[in-house]
Amino acid sequence: MMYSKTVMDHFRNPRNVGVIEDANGVGEVGNPLCGDIMTIYLKIVDERIDDIKFQTFGCGSAIAVSSMLTEIAKGKTIAEAKTITNKDVAEALEGLPKNKLHCSNLGADALQMAIKNYEDGVDGKTRPEEGQKEVHVHQEGGKCYCPYCDVEIQEGVTFCEACQSDLEEEH
Amino acid sequence: MGIINLDHISSNPILPEVKTAMIDAIRADYHNPSSQHSAGELAAERLDKARASVAALINAASPKEIVFTSGGTEAVNHAVKGSALANAKKGNHIITSNIEHNAVIRSLKRLKGQGFKITSLDVDGDGRVNPQDVAEAITDKTILVSIMHSNNETGTIQPIEEIARITREHKIIFHTDAVDSVGVVPMDVQQLGVDLMSFGSNTFYGPTGVGGLYIRRGTMIWPLLEGGVQEQNKRAGTENLIGIIGMGRAAELARRDMTVRLEHLEKLKNKLLSDLPLTIGDIIVNTPSEASLPNLVSVSLQYIEGESVMLMLDDDNIAVATRSACATGSLRASHVLLSIGRSHADAQGTLVITLGMDNTEDQIEHFLQSLQNVVKTLRDISPLYQKKMQAAG
Repeated sequence: MMYSKTVMDHFRNPRNVGVIEDANGVGEVGNPLCGDIMTIYLKIVDERIDDIKFQTFGCGSAIAVSSMLTEIAKGKTIAEAKTITNKDVAEALEGLPKNKLHCSNLGADALQMAIKNYEDGVDGKTRPEEGQKEVHVHQEGGKCYCPYCDVEIQEGVTFCEACQSDLEEEH
Repeated sequence: MGIINLDHISSNPILPEVKTAMIDAIRADYHNPSSQHSAGELAAERLDKARASVAALINAASPKEIVFTSGGTEAVNHAVKGSALANAKKGNHIITSNIEHNAVIRSLKRLKGQGFKITSLDVDGDGRVNPQDVAEAITDKTILVSIMHSNNETGTIQPIEEIARITREHKIIFHTDAVDSVGVVPMDVQQLGVDLMSFGSNTFYGPTGVGGLYIRRGTMIWPLLEGGVQEQNKRAGTENLIGIIGMGRAAELARRDMTVRLEHLEKLKNKLLSDLPLTIGDIIVNTPSEASLPNLVSVSLQYIEGESVMLMLDDDNIAVATRSACATGSLRASHVLLSIGRSHADAQGTLVITLGMDNTEDQIEHFLQSLQNVVKTLRDISPLYQKKMQAAG
């Protein structure tokens, strides 16, 4: 089994699934090209994440990451939540297969997007209309690995020298 | 109910008679078929018997036209690279389709890097190549056409005979990747008109790691593996006699039971085709109703992703395959599904259900119930489904 027990638990019994109707921070990342889309809804009260919910289109990793992320973030202050990294989520899940680490990046990115969305609103900046969430194509934060031969590669590279494979990733 | 295997294309169980034949072969300690003494001759007899069985399965004019390989992938590599290189002085243009298996695609990519020019033809919504497109793509530099007989992701069967008439007219070598067809549907190389045909033993319940390349007498082609003079000097290396004997037995059974198998598989396939849209909404069927494999049904489940569907069905002891990027480890959507017009999102939610003789109607019923629950659970989590429901009002 490529997934840890913790990943499978969060996949089978995801926590905090759903939508917050009166959310004051919403972030969506990902796109169908890479196969993962995550939306995070925040209800922030007194600078603290009072409630957090997620929706995800994606693989086992993606769902588990979203679930774990919301569990970690719930109840934290905005300042604390801003420090949550992809690595934290992956570690809490007892690790992810190397070629699934990009899924973990989506989770933390979506949270940060949602927080930014909230702060933009507070600052009086244009708050996106209902249904017009900020969409952010995720960026690879940590290391990149060739999906065929597992060798570490530079971000954005389109050809793996080690195994002579075309990558054509949309990153 | 035990494990319900709906992923036969990834692995077929080996038939009991085939297992027996292989175990007997292991115990017999056959010598090297190339040795000239009587022990070697006995081994050679066994090899020839298996060869004759495989030749009969595809109606080859002579058993000598069968070259045993380590599987479908080796056969494809041999066919594509061997014929291209052998005919390089005549020309450097190769025609193929957009929906070939990676073995063909990568082999052609390798050749492209060496200066060959590749034309890859579009397919229609059913995944079919238009023979007219082949005719129009031919130039005086064309030396090879490689188009698969049936597709492993949609089940589509190509108009091979029509294409062969065109390639024959122009004296161009025609290779077909028939790994998912040989032993499943009647295949007659005289009728098909192909020059090269790749196939694998596991497709017809023989062992994995063994396959074959049909090479029509007179076809100019280099070997892939060079060294000794085995397989008529076409494929060097001491033969995997145990595996080949297994393949030979499997070929005999495939020939004998072809009709019974087709009936069984088609019944289950039709049940899936009729009941899936009734049980699950927002579903796209990728398998054409006409001219398609009897044992494959591909569906795209909208708004959800394939690997998560596969994992949940696995929890329910059902094995299926998915074509999502995450599950195939490729990071991108299937080129085949995109070619037939699926969006990236829909391609990610694709299941390929492949049937075998061990499947029953009860199993299909159970699968449909399970899938219904899985799809509901995942759509409840999906932001794409959420958007769809909101838009619907």
